[in-house]
Amino acid sequence: MTNINKVTTPLTDEVVKDLKAGDQVSISGVIYTARDAAHKLLTESIKAGEELPVNFKNQVIYYAGPTPAKPGKVIGSCGPTTSGRMDAYSPIMMEQGLKGMIGKGPRSREVIESMIANNVVYFAAIGGAAALIADSVKEAEVVAFDELGPEAIRRLVVEDYPCIVAIDSEGNNLYELGVQQYKVVD
Amino acid sequence: MREITVEQITEVVKTLSIEAACDLPRDVEKLLKEAVATEESQFGKYSLEKIVKNVELARAEHAPMCQDTGIVVVFVEIGQDVHLIGGSLNDAINEGIRQGYQEGYLRKSVVEDPVLNRKNTGDNTPAVIYTELVPGDQVKIQVLPKGAGSENMGALKMLKPAEGLEGVKDFIIKAVTQAGGNPCPPVIVGVGIGGTMDKSTLLAKKALAREAGQPHSNPAYQALEEELLVEINKLGIGPQGFGGKVTALAVHIETYPTHIATMPVTVCLNCHAARHKEAIL
Ligand code: SF4
Repeated sequence: MTNINKVTTPLTDEVVKDLKAGDQVSISGVIYTARDAAHKLLTESIKAGEELPVNFKNQVIYYAGPTPAKPGKVIGSCGPTTSGRMDAYSPIMMEQGLKGMIGKGPRSREVIESMIANNVVYFAAIGGAAALIADSVKEAEVVAFDELGPEAIRRLVVEDYPCIVAIDSEGNNLYELGVQQYKVVD
Repeated sequence: MREITVEQITEVVKTLSIEAACDLPRDVEKLLKEAVATEESQFGKYSLEKIVKNVELARAEHAPMCQDTGIVVVFVEIGQDVHLIGGSLNDAINEGIRQGYQEGYLRKSVVEDPVLNRKNTGDNTPAVIYTELVPGDQVKIQVLPKGAGSENMGALKMLKPAEGLEGVKDFIIKAVTQAGGNPCPPVIVGVGIGGTMDKSTLLAKKALAREAGQPHSNPAYQALEEELLVEINKLGIGPQGFGGKVTALAVHIETYPTHIATMPVTVCLNCHAARHKEAIL
């Protein structure tokens, strides 16, 4: 983990291709929060042929539901949630042109295959380091599904949001490589 | 009989729920700092350093350390010589949660119906409340906001007595292996063994209310806790599942007598944001 790779959103195919599992990254630009309930609604809309409230082409989705902002603050604590719960929806989102996902924890085989097919990268942020992460959020605005409260879709403008490439667009997977390296077999 | 008003209970629950979210208990923080020193993997170390920094920042800014401020598990031990006056205990506890989550700017993460509507109740109530009558004239309240990332990775098995100690160990190791990076390791592993199906799950949850790293009072179970911790940390999962030496900070086992034909075992995981606060009235 030598140098930090500065990445700006929206992502291009070239940038995605260059990112490798284990790269330390800092992201700047717009990212969209969406978690379980929002993904359910989004994918239902896609299946019904409806227009989505946000165009996800080349965009990054952040699996997160922040705490309420205190007065004078842009956002509350805002760390990643478990990505695995979005596995059922992610391939459909990638087919919509989604280029990046930020969350925590491993992904399913199907998601990784879809990432390879659609040239998509998966970033992991540090789960539970939510007060720290909030510092990199400069703007936040609900852009869809306000009624979902913490699960609404928020458009965040982030500056130097810290994360790690956990699974790259070739399917290299830090969750497998790292664990293999440190597993002790007696 | 000593009288305690339910308003006092509300006040305590409110304070504890805000404190729990923003101020990680020192026992857990101590284990995390030790882990920074032990961890060899670069991503593991990186994660642990961020986690420790986050704990300090959350405390200084009085901000929730994690955005998942949980569904709140409340353990109440009520002395038999206490008379609670002024209303319902459960209502008073939920009122405390309501006020704490509002005033503390904590996330409301509870849905009204688990399957059919999944509509947010808007105030993080109701809590999951367990009351127990004990001798004495005090009321002890423990508040454990429980995040779903770790809660979802819990596991229960009704083992056959013939499976013995090996069966118990295998099941615990399997549960932690399957959880992998999902419960935000390093985790605290709560284990409940014995009783009935429901009792073992309650024991496993209660194990998480114990001061982190404090061993079981029975030396044989203490040895088992230590052995399991070593075995779990050989799994290589590491902080955040990125690979490393520290997958768990502690293993806490609680047991209860059981039926001749059964051996229930539950594993309940807590993430590094192992929030627990208590007060005695
Ligand atoms: S598992 Fe714990 S630390 Fe991780 S996101 Fe959930 S509550 Fe936060």
